[in-house]
Amino acid sequence: MITVQEIIDGFSQAIQLIVSLNPELLEVTALSLFISLSATTIATLIAIPFGGLIHFRKFAGKRVLITIIQTLYSVPTVIIGLFVYLLISRSGPLGFFGLLFTPVGMIIGQSILILPIMIGLTITALSGVDKNIRDTLISLGGTEFQSIAQIVREARFAILGAVILGFGRAISEVGVAMMIGGNIRGETRVLTTSIALETGMGNFGLSIALGIVLLAIALVVVLIMNLITSGALSDSDRVRGGPRA
Amino acid sequence: MIRISGLSRRFGNRDVVQGIDLEIRSGEIFSLIGPSGSGKTTLLRLINLLDRPTRGTITFDGLHTDGTEHDRRAIRRRMAMVFQKPGVLNTTVEQNIAFGLEFRGLKKDLIHERVTSALEMVGLSGLPKRRATTLSGGEMQRVAIARAIVTGPEVLLLDEPTANLDPVSTEIIENLIVWINRERKTTVVIATHDMGQGQRLASRIGVMMEGRLVQAGEMYDIFYHPVNRAIASFVGIDPVRGGIVESNENNLATIAIKSTRVEAVTSLLKGQRVALCIRPEEVTLSLPDTCLPASSARNCLAGTITRLLPYGPFTRVHVDCGIPVTALLTRRSCEELALAPLMRVNATIKATAVHVIPDPVPEENLSEVKQERSG
Repeated sequence: MITVQEIIDGFSQAIQLIVSLNPELLEVTALSLFISLSATTIATLIAIPFGGLIHFRKFAGKRVLITIIQTLYSVPTVIIGLFVYLLISRSGPLGFFGLLFTPVGMIIGQSILILPIMIGLTITALSGVDKNIRDTLISLGGTEFQSIAQIVREARFAILGAVILGFGRAISEVGVAMMIGGNIRGETRVLTTSIALETGMGNFGLSIALGIVLLAIALVVVLIMNLITSGALSDSDRVRGGPRA
Repeated sequence: MIRISGLSRRFGNRDVVQGIDLEIRSGEIFSLIGPSGSGKTTLLRLINLLDRPTRGTITFDGLHTDGTEHDRRAIRRRMAMVFQKPGVLNTTVEQNIAFGLEFRGLKKDLIHERVTSALEMVGLSGLPKRRATTLSGGEMQRVAIARAIVTGPEVLLLDEPTANLDPVSTEIIENLIVWINRERKTTVVIATHDMGQGQRLASRIGVMMEGRLVQAGEMYDIFYHPVNRAIASFVGIDPVRGGIVESNENNLATIAIKSTRVEAVTSLLKGQRVALCIRPEEVTLSLPDTCLPASSARNCLAGTITRLLPYGPFTRVHVDCGIPVTALLTRRSCEELALAPLMRVNATIKATAVHVIPDPVPEENLSEVKQERSG
């Protein structure tokens, strides 16, 4: 039984750990940020061109593809964990790289996890740019590449929103981190896996401290996101230039 | 400059533009007029090579335009189009105007120089660093025009450039269009649903209805000699139907219509069913005793005023002369004559001002057909 006193003690211990900049807490936080930021960067580099391609090209099965991507928004993290595990485990097709239980493996897993939502939201962001803008750019003599580059630029705020959402999903997931990383202390232990472990071991103080840090990161993410999307919305309203008479 | 022949564009199972033959002459302002949804935008997009026709061809300065995207871009870069919605991008005014030049790979200092002079031309010199999306509608449209003309196009296409703008912005933009045409010798094609705008700007007009170019020619021809009833209504005349040519001697015809007879100049022969178009500004009203001397070439119809409608500085006076006749008078002359509903007046119309169009289906039959259908 956990008593109220234990919870209160946990909180005060947590605040001590944060205020004293506990080395283990810092290490876990740093690794978490490193892995999730790397995964987000990789996913962004893939999602923008890929999303652009899907949005601007006409092809058979486009609708179906978009629906599949949207379904994968909510794919359980453990399923991605399982998939990547099978791929990179010693006997798997990519086993010879020895990526299982390494940060690189986790980065790959998290990238795959957040790709669908980032591609999907990139497509949504690009659809948000008035079709009139594309006609205008082509009419001004732009090549396909020149025009698409400008449209991506026009959708920059909404795309940034997609990136931040992807990061949020990456840093808060447990499945991939646990199954691919293995929660090895000092190597692959991140905020979420650490909370799971410490809670299981009854170290509520550390768990709560890690939880507060995770929430703080989430808060920063939400704040940035609100700032950007509110700016983007009013911007795109102005860009559209009013309704057609 | 641009020769269009047999041009059609089908979307789904609807021909949005069909069978268009048209020549845009170098240096002219050609106005495409027609109600919303008549295919004006689609035609302009085809001319700008943003879309490919289902059938038919367009040649630009003698060049075929049905080549590869690369070839079409080379031709497209000799034109510019301004859309109904200004489509400014969320960046500075300066950057917005520079796009076309950047796409063509011009040097930075040359771009700056040309953007500056384009801004001056459209009267936005003070705003190069402003975020374009924060401008007013009229200013945005001027940015769109500056962006189009900065590349020095030979042909400028404008799609309802003033549709959403206030009268002051409209005037600025109309003056700008005329200036570009005169000073830069740019050929201009402007689509508008505003008859007045077509009249003010263009030397020649094409009327589009339901995807077809139903009449093209000098402005005078279209305003005074519409080829069919739909155009007549569109150019502001309500044709009076149910007439029949009673006699025709040397093109001076007597037309029996409703309970009266009207003299008109036409080549249509005796027995032809017709409708009459009389422009309100061609009708003179006078008091009953002071009818102008009726000559053979002048109609003097007695009637009763049914309605007075204010129309800017003018008044439209509806008179029932057996046939409905509308006269356009200045408000002042209306007051001088003390016109009022139910007053008796004489309407004088020159025979040359009565435009006769063939109207093969008699009115009675039309209503019978309708009844049969509904019944």
